[in-house]
This record gives sequence, structure tokens and C-alpha cells, in this order.
Amino acid sequence: MAGKTLYDKIWQSHTVGTLPTGQTQLFIGLHLIHEITTAPAFDMLREAGMDIAFPERTFATIDHIVPTDLRQRPFRDPEAEELTQVLEKNVAQFGVEFFGLGSMNQGIVHVIGPQLGLTQPGMTLACGDSHTSTHGAFGTLAFGIGTSQVRDVLATQTLAMDKLKVRRINIDGALGTGVYAKDVILYIIRRLGVGGGKGFAYEYGGAVIDRMNMEERMTVCNMSIEGGALVGYVNPDQTTIDYIKGRPYAPKGAAFERAVSYWRSVVSDTDAQYDDVVSYNGSAIEPTVTWGVNPGQSVGISEKLPKPEEFADPDGAKKAYEHMGWQPGAPMLGTPIDVAFIGSCTNGRLADLRAAAKIVNGRKVNSHVRALVVPGSAEVKKIAEGEGLHEIFTAAGFQWREAGCSMCLAMNPDKLNGREISASSSNRNFIGRQGSPQGRTLLMSPAMVAAAALNGKVVDVREYE
Amino acid sequence: MSEIVKITAISGTAVPIRGNDIDTDRIIPARYLKEPTFARMGDYPFFDERFDQSGKKKDHPLNDPEYRGASILFVNKNFGCGSSREHAPQALYRFGIKAIVGESFAAIFAGNCTMMGLPAVVVGAKEIDQLIKSVEENPRTEYSVDLQSKAISYGNQKLRFDMPETYRTALTLGYWDSTALLRANLDQVKLTAAKLPYMSGFNA
Repeated sequence: MAGKTLYDKIWQSHTVGTLPTGQTQLFIGLHLIHEITTAPAFDMLREAGMDIAFPERTFATIDHIVPTDLRQRPFRDPEAEELTQVLEKNVAQFGVEFFGLGSMNQGIVHVIGPQLGLTQPGMTLACGDSHTSTHGAFGTLAFGIGTSQVRDVLATQTLAMDKLKVRRINIDGALGTGVYAKDVILYIIRRLGVGGGKGFAYEYGGAVIDRMNMEERMTVCNMSIEGGALVGYVNPDQTTIDYIKGRPYAPKGAAFERAVSYWRSVVSDTDAQYDDVVSYNGSAIEPTVTWGVNPGQSVGISEKLPKPEEFADPDGAKKAYEHMGWQPGAPMLGTPIDVAFIGSCTNGRLADLRAAAKIVNGRKVNSHVRALVVPGSAEVKKIAEGEGLHEIFTAAGFQWREAGCSMCLAMNPDKLNGREISASSSNRNFIGRQGSPQGRTLLMSPAMVAAAALNGKVVDVREYE
Repeated sequence: MSEIVKITAISGTAVPIRGNDIDTDRIIPARYLKEPTFARMGDYPFFDERFDQSGKKKDHPLNDPEYRGASILFVNKNFGCGSSREHAPQALYRFGIKAIVGESFAAIFAGNCTMMGLPAVVVGAKEIDQLIKSVEENPRTEYSVDLQSKAISYGNQKLRFDMPETYRTALTLGYWDSTALLRANLDQVKLTAAKLPYMSGFNA
């Protein structure tokens, strides 16, 4: 009999039963919540007179709307203040552990889960945020859900789910200098399409993924949803185990040893059957930049922009060119930028800040560029400051901010203005995403953002490595 | 959690929004997610495409008086990609859309639609083209989306559609509001939880 994937194993052990709809009732081991997608879910719970079924399995933080400069309450934005108070009231009333402003554990929900050791292999994990696939880096079956589903998890710790197919994605060989995890996932999405992962969980593997540290794996898994895949994961290995050991919510002592043997047991079998397998060579991947209005519209830095006719959807490509204001045949190299943003659940971790600081060290941000670094969590900020990274950034002319989602989605004061072009380490270049309906976003690795900030235009980061 | 509502058919006029990969930031800009309830979401669908900076109306199917009162939305591929925000289908639903017909839908978006009783049904490229042309030619055309027979009818035309069978069953049996269904099994849920070693902190 054929072996099982990690996905199959976790799905099976978390299955409560089959519902009359034919869906599986799936147990959710860990539920993370934040201020944006949860308020109506708590209201629905209250209306129905229900409590939380497993209150100790839900953890809350605040990330999307928090200002990253001035933190005084009340916030300057009365809507942000109100929503914050709603969350504070809900977690207090329903008894949910909350990492609020001022807590060292506050931060972007997909940064703090792993950082605290809450995220562990062999779990199911849900959160009302599409980038929940980030946690798949640990061999966790993690996915984003809507507000009605948040209600279901609160009320029952389960969800009505359909099983996905599994596509194994091998990145073989090695990455070249100046090529990062962000480039790997942008390359995968470009090759497989923004809708290509629909109906699939992505299992990432191969020599390149095996060599990645946990933060790099999180960057790859984070953007699975941009490829249409609800779930993305990496099989846990010694790198995973070493990362979790000693973290606040990780098991300790003999329990840790038992945990390790469980975590190793969920790894995909060597003879596991996949619904699809694709393989790419890491050496084919260049530093990558998006040129369009979805994360699949990208090019390697040495390439010229493709013609609309080269796409399956030429009309979509033409609309992207119209919005962005450039022409097929031009390179992205040399495109002027107005804003440089380093942060987000994709690239707001310590490894990202270190990579960017290495480029910035001793240099100056171009005088026309507004540049900001927003650590993914209060702890990332503290450790980075311990290493002196903040001094490197501020000496160069970057603003050094408090933890939050910031300009990734502009639900807070950090926004683009007018037609500004942003070099951004975030995950979405959708029209209007960074707060201006006319704004333009170029997704790239944090090191590429740093290099663009110094030059006031898109450059090849390999010149600095 | 409330009484069971079976959704078996949606009838009415339609409105087309052309284009692949229409993301949830376009369907509802993030700034409206700061509101603590869904109550006003019906004012916001496609806001930045329907209104300019000064609040003046732009050309958009949802602003077009010809399509006023439409309850069925026609779209192309990968509609609703991007964020998990249920505000996106909530905005469309509260604007008056009670069924969406498209070439394909993003995973979280389709799940959200089902959970709020909004059928998102799938037809081929040729069929969606036919439907969009029919409504563009005559915006007063009445369509019927029948979940029992999996067909869309208008005039003398009848097109078959597809959708995940589990979603269709949830809607037609009235289990789309799933909380009560899931909550009925809390005893089994506890048994499943007890078998997972991490639930006891690996101390069992």
C-alpha cells in the first residue's frame, strides 16, 4: 500500500466524522485571532448564547490596524480605537489569552505563533487571515478562514471542510547569491499561476527547501495562498525541532522528547502518493520583482517585461500594464521608486531584517525615497535592537517602527499616496492594496527593497552581495 | 444556529463584472474592514472602481441603472482571490447579489459564500461568455439558478453548471449555517481531541 503524505496523516487524526453534507468535521488544534475578522463572529456567538468550546486553544493579538508610530490610546483613528476596544472586550468576556499592545508577545499573528512555540508540527491551525498558510513551514496543516468559520471554531473547535489534493513542489539544486526565499515563492507562483493551486495543498521540498531556515520556509509557505493554494507546508525536520525547542509554549523536558517523536511521525512517507509533482531547479531563479497587479505577474531582474500576448489572459496583462504605466519590452531594472517598505507576515522576521541591514550598512537611503522598516513583532524589534540593526537602518534614513501589518494592507496610517511606487517586501501587489487606489506595488525580497531604497530605483541586489 | 433555511433556486436579473483574478481588495477595500459589523458592507462593493476620490460615480456595472436590482452576478476566472475577508461576499450579498456564476472562484472566497448561503456556481468559459453577452444585450433578462437540477435557465436556454457537491448539499439541505451541525457532535469532538498528544501538552 502506498504511503501517506503529512497532509493525509494530519487530516485523518483530526477527523471527527463525516457531516450530512459529505464534508469532514475537522478538529482545529490551534486558533489564532486578531482584531479584523473576528468581531462579527463574537457577536454571532453572543446572539446564539454560546460559549467558546475550547477557550485554551484560542490566542489573540492585534496587528492589522495598529499604528506603527505613535501608540498612545485612544488611537488617532477613532475606527481603529473602536475596533481595538471591541477585541479587548471580546477576549475579556470569553476568556481568550490576549497579547495586546505593550505585551512583548504582540505582533503580526503569523510571526508570533511560531515565535511563541504555539505553532507546532502535526497540528491543525486556523486563523481568519489568508496568510495562515505561513504556519505550514512547521509541518502544520494551517489555513485561512472567513468570519463565519471563526464563529464555528470558537463554538465547536471544528470546521466543515473538504479534503484537498496534494501537489509536491521540489526546488532542487541550490540558490544563487542574492536569491532569497521570497524569490523562490514568487517564481513558483509565476510558473503555476495565481489560481494554479486551487484545490491543492502545496508540499514544498527538495534540497533548497531542506537547507532553508524556519524563517525562510515561513516566507515560502506564507504566499501559498497567492498561488491559489489554501495550504502550503514543509515536512518537519531537525531544523524545525531546533527552532521550537525552548520557546515559551513549547513542551519541555520529557514532554519535548515525546513531542519530537510525534512530530517525526507526521512526516510524509517516502513512498507517499501525490496528486501532482513539479520540480524546478533553484539555479534557474533570479532575484524577482513583480511588474503587475497580482503576485504571478513577475520577472527575473535581468528579464524584459513580457508582451500581453505571451499570457493565457492577454486582457488581464494589458489592464496590469495600464495601471502600472509601463511598456512591454522594458526592464524592471531602473524603475524609480518612491517608497520602500520592509515588513509584513511574509518578510518581517529577524532573518529578513538582518538581510536588509547587511545591504544598508553604512549607506544612505536615496533622498527621494520614504523608507520604513516595520518589525513583525515586539520581540523581533527587541532582538533586532539588541543586534544594533535599528541603528544601521536609522543612520541610513529608514524609519524604525513598532510591530504591525503596516503598509502591507494600509488599514492603519501607513499608506501610499497617489501614484507612488512602492518597493515592498509584502505579499500582494493588488490595485489599491497599499492604501492608494492609484498606487503601485513592486513585490520583492527585503534585500532587494533595501537596495532599491538606497538607489531610488529597482536594482539588482547581487551587486551588493 | 437559527432555523434551517434551504437554498434551492435563485431567480432574477443579472449584472456582469468582466475580468480574471478579481481580488478581494478590489471587491472591498481594506479600510472598510475597520467597521466592527457587516451591517454597512452593502454600501461598499467595488468602491474604488465605482467612485472617484471626490465621491463621483465612475462607469461600473454596479453603478449602471440598466443593471439595477440584479440578484445574480456573472464573473470570470479566480474571482475573489486574495484575502480571507468575508466582508467581500458580505458586501456583494448585502448589495443584493444572491448567486454568483463564474468560471472559477478562489478557495476561501467560495467557502465564505457557502457559509453565508450565497451560491457560487461554476460554468465553462464558453458558457460564461454566452451569459455575459446575453445580459449585456438585454439587462432585463430573467435568469434562474437552480441548485437541484444544477442548471441556469433564461429564455429558451438552459446551461448546466457545476459546484462542489458538498457545497450544493449544504445549501439545498440548509446546512450552510454549520454551527448547529458541528456543535451537535461536541462529544465526538472531545474524543478526537483527547487522542491528539499535543492537547495534553505531551504529558498523557
